Amino acid sequence: MTLVLKGGRVVDPSLNRDEVTDLLIENGKIVKTGRDLHKANKKASGIEVLDLRGKIVVPGLIDIHTHLREPGFEYKETIASGSAAALAGGFTSIACMPNTNPVNDNRSVTEFIRRKTAECGLVNVYPIAALSVKSEGALLTEFQDLRDAGAVGFSDDGKPVMNAALMRRALEYASSLDMPIVAHCEDTNLSAGGVMHEGTVSAELGLAAVPSLAEETMVARDLLLAEYTGAPLHIAHVSTAGSVRMIREARARGVRVTAETAPHYFTLTDGELRGFDTNLKVNPPLRNREDREAVRAGLADGAIDVIASDHAPHARTDKEVEFDYAASGLTGLETSLSLSLALVADGVLSLLSLLAKMTVNAAGVLRLPKGTLAAGADADVTVIDPAREWVCDRALFRSRGRNTPFHGRIMRGKAVLTVVGGAIRYRDI
Amino acid sequence: MKLNRKDILGIRELSVEEIRLILDTADSFLEVSTREIKKVPTLRGRTVVNLFYEASTRTRTSFEIAGKRLSADTINISASTSSVVKGETLIDTARNLEAMNPDIIVIRHSAAGAPHLLAGLLRQSVINAGDGAHEHPTQALLDMMTIRSKRGRIEGLQVAIIGDIAHSRVARSNILGLTKMGARVSVAGPATMIPRGIENMGVIAHTRIEEAIRDADIVMMLRIQTERERQNIFPSLREYAQYFSLNRRNIELAKPDALVMHPGPINRGVEISPDIADGPRSIILDQVTNGVAVRMALLYLLTGGDT
Amino acid sequence: MEKKKVVMDADGIGRSLTRIAYEILEKNRGVEELVIVGIQTGGVYLARRLRQKIAAMEGVEIPLGILDITLYRDDIRTAHRKQLLGKTDIPFSLDGKKVVLVDDVLFTGRTIRAAMDALIDFGRPKLIQLAVLIDRGHRELPIRADFVGQDLPSSLWEAVSVHLMEKNGADEVLIEETGEVRL
Repeated sequence: MTLVLKGGRVVDPSLNRDEVTDLLIENGKIVKTGRDLHKANKKASGIEVLDLRGKIVVPGLIDIHTHLREPGFEYKETIASGSAAALAGGFTSIACMPNTNPVNDNRSVTEFIRRKTAECGLVNVYPIAALSVKSEGALLTEFQDLRDAGAVGFSDDGKPVMNAALMRRALEYASSLDMPIVAHCEDTNLSAGGVMHEGTVSAELGLAAVPSLAEETMVARDLLLAEYTGAPLHIAHVSTAGSVRMIREARARGVRVTAETAPHYFTLTDGELRGFDTNLKVNPPLRNREDREAVRAGLADGAIDVIASDHAPHARTDKEVEFDYAASGLTGLETSLSLSLALVADGVLSLLSLLAKMTVNAAGVLRLPKGTLAAGADADVTVIDPAREWVCDRALFRSRGRNTPFHGRIMRGKAVLTVVGGAIRYRDI
Repeated sequence: MKLNRKDILGIRELSVEEIRLILDTADSFLEVSTREIKKVPTLRGRTVVNLFYEASTRTRTSFEIAGKRLSADTINISASTSSVVKGETLIDTARNLEAMNPDIIVIRHSAAGAPHLLAGLLRQSVINAGDGAHEHPTQALLDMMTIRSKRGRIEGLQVAIIGDIAHSRVARSNILGLTKMGARVSVAGPATMIPRGIENMGVIAHTRIEEAIRDADIVMMLRIQTERERQNIFPSLREYAQYFSLNRRNIELAKPDALVMHPGPINRGVEISPDIADGPRSIILDQVTNGVAVRMALLYLLTGGDT
Repeated sequence: MEKKKVVMDADGIGRSLTRIAYEILEKNRGVEELVIVGIQTGGVYLARRLRQKIAAMEGVEIPLGILDITLYRDDIRTAHRKQLLGKTDIPFSLDGKKVVLVDDVLFTGRTIRAAMDALIDFGRPKLIQLAVLIDRGHRELPIRADFVGQDLPSSLWEAVSVHLMEKNGADEVLIEETGEVRL
């Protein structure tokens, strides 16, 4: 089937392109861009032409950090519901973390995820497999076997790899396969029992707290390990000023490190926690103003290359309990884009720069053949209406998780069309 | 003036006027406990549920007596004996209670924010009898009432709070209340027990007890919990008692007429030496008496009585 | 339009209290076992004055108690009342005593009902008598005063206030027409 996206502002960071033009899609591939493409294709039956004046046309957005909960925690989310949420959020490709049940530490679970993805036929789902068996941090998993089953990277996310010797070996082994290790940096001895950031707010509230140190000591360690082994390291959910600073310095020294942050770390601070809203309980925790500003600065100067939502859906029963006992995480796929577009409105990033962090840079970390609108590329396209104002309503979420702290917030900017492999899978125009 | 709020969740939300109203009302209730028939019919037919997830004889008894002296029906639910053991969530327990239509729920819980969770969901009034290390508003109110009754005022007094500040809801509520009412508050304890950023709450922090006690009008000792040893917060009770307890020597650093307070229960010989605890400066038992009056005042003010 | 009228001036109040003091002594044949309890707030000042007059007459100062009935009210839930929660102080036993309860204005009778409930919680008086400066009628309960300064028929649209030197700076009883019925 043939699709012409007409008159939109095509912004493609991979090609450094930003111009008003048409986009022609045929048989699941990008054919070309140019003017009046619909006229040229008179022969095609089943040609659909969409007038996208005023809209922004970008490579399908990629979210490399999500938790789809299947297998094992289907009451929180499934691959299907998570994929539907992704489409509504404008994402055409997502990567899912291995902290399922059973943990994705062997090929059968990876193959299960791939099979389910194919059955759903919604978005591209790329499994990140566990770094250690059961993510227990003791024994390496079978990296090559997992790669052959479809895994695109390795991580024990949800937990850190406390044993530096194991992390070293993981980096070395993955490096020889040119596959990334995604590090969840947290020293669990320093963070033990903590439920929020350690600072003036936690001093007031009397909640057990996690110092920035818990993240920063591990970031420092992992940067040194990456430097020593020469292996590619990707640091997940960066939240503190110290982490940003160290990543920036390491990169300047030539360390092969990439880093991501999630929208809540550049939008919210620990001050919001005074109301004990469990939807604000995340790991790493929301930090203070200085940290938030440092994360924003890190996005601006490139220290942080990728924005990834860390989509963590939870059921009501996991969240509607005392703050200490509530599960950590918030549902992110359906709010990520709007919150990220605010960075452009606030002058922190240019549109091209922002989109790079959600397309080409993200694809680069996991070495995915995605994130571009070059001729011949897969027709994964997202259309954004930058001016669309909408109110975040958790009841309308496609994710099973309703745990968002943004319920009721007026958002500006939204994905209005999501095309995967040439097929329109989400439409809001 | 009326207490225009549904719940008492913490000192943080209370204005100076509201604190004064509660203390003045509590003064009037002191007298009821001195009568032969220690009962007034004010809350007759009302139901007060004491939902205590943490063991507590003293606070629970105080609330129970307060309710009964107002002629209310008081029900005590303690976690170990109830459906909580069977795994019922806090919200389900509360909803079940709500369906039986009590008037006030008094809750003590080890998780900060638990009373707030209930208050948001239930139409009944919720009183926080202590949530984790966050707040213990009724304790701070009775402490302020005691200080006021002994000294005539709170403003301008120098108060020293000594102990495990980081894990103390009594400390937090008192810091909030005393600073609101114009006292100068210092805290002292081992460095591992003073939270970073506590100065932001308007107090001066010390790591030696002598510095806080110096020239104090009121010395408030906090209870030290033995579990802290195992968490590597502090090496041993012995060391704590040696360097951080209040005794006949260091009390001399305070003003000559300084008074000694403690929320109880006291670990004699650990945070306070027995002769000080039982000595002439101690107003610890006044705190207990005032506790009943303050709780009566709150139950009264929350059920629509005016003063 | 609100019209205020003085129905009793300082002299009138003084004379009524003197007469009431004599009546109390006459009815009770002296001061034996006699105690006087004033209801907050107006009744307290009047009780003090009566006690002074009785002391002048008999040379004995009878025990004085003050009673706040807010906690015994039957309308504790209706919010439009603004009563001060005052002190109660009855530092003597009421058992076997003849209690003269004193209030400024007797109206519906509910205050007196509450006061009697309170007194009985304090002990078992031998008897309770009621002395009021003004009886304005409109009883809602079967309550009557033993000693009355002045009967003042009034309508429900009127407000009757007893001003006393101790709290208002002057002694006078006022009646004023208000726009509404206030019980």
